[in-house]
Amino acid sequence: MQQPLLLFIGDLRGDSMHNIAPLNWRKFPERYLLKGNYCEVCKQAFFPPRPICPNCRRKGKLIQMEMPRQGKILSYTKVHVPPEGFKNEAPYYLAVIELENKAKVLSQIVDSEQEKIKIGAKVKKVFRQIGEPDKYGTITYGYKFKVIQ
Amino acid sequence: MTAGIVGYGIYVPKLRIKVSEIERVWQKSSGGIGVNEKAVASIDEDACTLAVEAARRGIEDFSIDPKRINAIYVGSESHPYAVNPTSSIVGDALGTTNKYYAVDMEFACKAGTAGMQVCYALKKARMIDIGLAIGSDTAQSKPNDALEFTAASGAAAFFIGDKKDEVIAEIESTCSYTSDMPDFWRRPKAEFPEHTGRFTAEAYFKHVIGAAKMILEETGYRADEFDYAVFHQPNGKFPLKAASILGIETKKVEQGLITPLIGNTYSGSTMIGLASILDIAKPKQKILAVSYGSGAGSDAFIINTTDNISDRRAKVPVLEMIKEKEYIDYALYLRHRRKIKSL
Repeated sequence: MQQPLLLFIGDLRGDSMHNIAPLNWRKFPERYLLKGNYCEVCKQAFFPPRPICPNCRRKGKLIQMEMPRQGKILSYTKVHVPPEGFKNEAPYYLAVIELENKAKVLSQIVDSEQEKIKIGAKVKKVFRQIGEPDKYGTITYGYKFKVIQ
Repeated sequence: MTAGIVGYGIYVPKLRIKVSEIERVWQKSSGGIGVNEKAVASIDEDACTLAVEAARRGIEDFSIDPKRINAIYVGSESHPYAVNPTSSIVGDALGTTNKYYAVDMEFACKAGTAGMQVCYALKKARMIDIGLAIGSDTAQSKPNDALEFTAASGAAAFFIGDKKDEVIAEIESTCSYTSDMPDFWRRPKAEFPEHTGRFTAEAYFKHVIGAAKMILEETGYRADEFDYAVFHQPNGKFPLKAASILGIETKKVEQGLITPLIGNTYSGSTMIGLASILDIAKPKQKILAVSYGSGAGSDAFIINTTDNISDRRAKVPVLEMIKEKEYIDYALYLRHRRKIKSL
């Protein structure tokens, strides 16, 4: 499964905005509430949710789980040349975030001063618009993160 | 226990533009409106994201289980969709169950308090556990229009319940004063609202004073019996004048007067002011709250704080929260509010 932000972008590139809405809807739990899953056998959390535990395979027991809303930046980059759909937001920061349960998320960083965006910075989830294909299609909402410390 | 407020959350976007910057661009004075700067939503924020953030803060600060929310009413004049509810997006984003009444409200700047009245009534009818009323706006204003000096972005979420150990402020009484008085409007497909200039003042005072007097008459209280008062605040002057007309001391209004610091957040305006009062109110204090929505109507509330308010407070008071800000110039303001039409 791809990282969620790439899925957002992929959605925006679709030919028919009306066909995108059902695809987006199936992702609402992970985009709105960071719902991933957790293997009760190896005790590892996954985000986005995995169809099968990569550690335990068929012996694994996955349950749906809401991920913690806070984490820290593991790595980040500043995007000056954005993919389609994000032109008006550039330049912006993208970061790999390790959540408090060790699951990792790729997310845009918003509302944070440049000097505070660094490896190890504590971040918190916020709810934002991710994009819209045009003024007629549905608006995509989801998670972004902001630095809190 | 009477139904009342069991929690609240406020969200004000980080970006600010100074009124002096807008004056610089258009080379004209704002005319002493008593507003220094206004909050501006970022390019990726809208009334829905503001509503979610405000409600999320209330859920976290007051330990409210989203699964107990059985009603969501989002009041706004800037709902991101003309058709497709903000309230259902808010519900899913908060993690409620599917068992909740929901509808989007619109009545200019009083749609949020109208939602509070509906939640209060549903609670009294024992149809819900907790109701969530939100006032949220990314207020629109035409460049070079008088509204541009004040039209701001912000949201307030109030949770209405009746559990004895949860209610921080009982709603003792509420009423509305309504009439057909078109002082501000936006037609379908029009991008910006229109208004009638000074006539809006006439409409504001007719309804705000009308609703305040109506609730005082119905309950038998005198205006000087209240510890705090909050009125809709389209600018920094009208609420003070309303207080003066009613015989309420200025110092009782100041705590809830937030517009000078963040601008007029429309549906959020009265509710953010009320939250600021609840941030510091002591138990057993009496608050008069009167909203105003053009078109026109005012919702009045008599709210009494309970002993619970000593222990149940927002973690960051409104006056503290709004200190987190980043100033932008007029060009960035146009970019964030998507007013550059060639894009």
